[in-house]
Amino acid sequence: MSTVTWITARGLFGRSRFLMLLPLPLVLIGLAVLCRSLGVDPGQWGPPVLVGLGLAVVLPVVALIVGTGVLGAEIDDGTVVHILTKPLPRWQIVLPKLAVAAGVTAVTVGVPIYVAGVLADSVRLGLALVAASAAGALAYSALFLALSLVTRRPVLLGLVYVLIWEGLLGRFVSGTRVLSIQQWVIALADRMAPTPLLGTTVSVPVAAVLTALVAVGFTVLAIDRLRSFSVAGETS
Amino acid sequence: MTAISTQATAGPPAAATSTLDLAGVSRWYGNVVAVNDVTMRLGPGVTGLLGPNGAGKTTLLHMMAGFLSPSRGTVALDGEPTWRNPAVYRRLGLVSEREAVHTFLSAYEFVLASAKLHRLPDPEAATRRAIELVEMEDAQTRRIGTYSKGMRQRTRVAAALVHDPQVLLLDEPFNGMDPRQRLHMMALLHRLGDAGRTILFSSHILEEVEQVSGTVQVMVAGRLAASGDYRTIRRLMTNRPHVFGVRSTDDRALAVALMAEASVSGVELDRTGLTVKAGDYGAFTRALPRIALRHGIRVRQLLPEDESLESVFSYLVEA
Repeated sequence: MSTVTWITARGLFGRSRFLMLLPLPLVLIGLAVLCRSLGVDPGQWGPPVLVGLGLAVVLPVVALIVGTGVLGAEIDDGTVVHILTKPLPRWQIVLPKLAVAAGVTAVTVGVPIYVAGVLADSVRLGLALVAASAAGALAYSALFLALSLVTRRPVLLGLVYVLIWEGLLGRFVSGTRVLSIQQWVIALADRMAPTPLLGTTVSVPVAAVLTALVAVGFTVLAIDRLRSFSVAGETS
Repeated sequence: MTAISTQATAGPPAAATSTLDLAGVSRWYGNVVAVNDVTMRLGPGVTGLLGPNGAGKTTLLHMMAGFLSPSRGTVALDGEPTWRNPAVYRRLGLVSEREAVHTFLSAYEFVLASAKLHRLPDPEAATRRAIELVEMEDAQTRRIGTYSKGMRQRTRVAAALVHDPQVLLLDEPFNGMDPRQRLHMMALLHRLGDAGRTILFSSHILEEVEQVSGTVQVMVAGRLAASGDYRTIRRLMTNRPHVFGVRSTDDRALAVALMAEASVSGVELDRTGLTVKAGDYGAFTRALPRIALRHGIRVRQLLPEDESLESVFSYLVEA
């Protein structure tokens, strides 16, 4: 494990902010178990729990907390200076942090979404949701990591994207769905395990290409912004 | 690259010493000019960066450390720009003013992480050496979150020194330290400077700078107001009379005799002795023994009273 990965992971799990990750996955599993045990038709509870909660809320919110935490928290408290005063190419800082963010998000979301997918339909759907969520975790993490380098309010901007763009506009303005990570994740999962529980208008090739583009594009942006990272120049 | 930078690379080998060159450096934020056309060269030894709050010291330090791009001019370490050039951190260490440490790590883990990030061949040995240097051996396994401000500061200094950099920049390094820690840090900076390291530390506390370094860079309102040994700077201020405290066997007679001396512009007599104002430092110090001898007076004490860094600084700020 690289030193940057180790510090990032220690920083992430050492902050109380990490506890915020736990309730949402627990709610997702709890709802799925409840619906299943009450014998509710999966066609009824599947879409709102898997998509409405799992892919539209749990995945982006967990990615937002973790993605803005791996670098944004260090920028906020100034500890980032310790890593930046080392003779490391900046990609060697961004990539480990991105790996930690995407990995932690994928695991935190993967476990409950797998359980919910199995309870709703099959192991195949569970695995498809895990794989698609992992791809989504990478894209979201790259986006939120880059946001923490381009704005001082990455959480606010991230929430605007998730709630306004994906949540509100995605529901009423169908064209915005093409630029929605959530819709790409649904398209990819549906391709791997076709089911009436998941539905999107975005095609699989478009989803795959755009997911890769967002992940690579925002990573490159983050590396470039970190090269020009400025410490606030207030005088003492 | 400027001519100054070329000279720096042509100087002693980088492994031995390093030179930090600033050429016509300015930095502004919108309409506010934080640093205005500063040119300086920092070589081996300890230099104090002195200035009142808001003078632009931190902005200048951040530009030197590659954490801020100059709006105009160049900052170069041995001819290489510091901005967007992480390679300079092999030779440069920074201790920023903001108290930022990973509180969930111990001092040993924190310094070891720095050593590993520097890819040092033996990070454990380098860590032990750096921790010894700042005398943090006893508390090195405790979490940094439990440390006092001074201990955190020493931990940060250890992390900045772990790769034995040629250049060390410290922003207000004595903040939060108790007098013993302060003395220890001053001695450490002295040792590093004597060993050929280029050390620059900023401070707005005159006493600190005076004790650590004779060489100062004085910033006032974003400009470099003076540069060099502060005692020499004082002597170059010929428009300010020099003030001396004189005690002798007959202060009254000496006062009368001194008033006839051309280099003396005023004499004040009180119970403790004479306060003499002299326009020309050299002429007065040469004339005094001659005058005393001629009048049979023995001079017991002669002290330059405004050659302290404080008076130099206040003259510069007032100017």
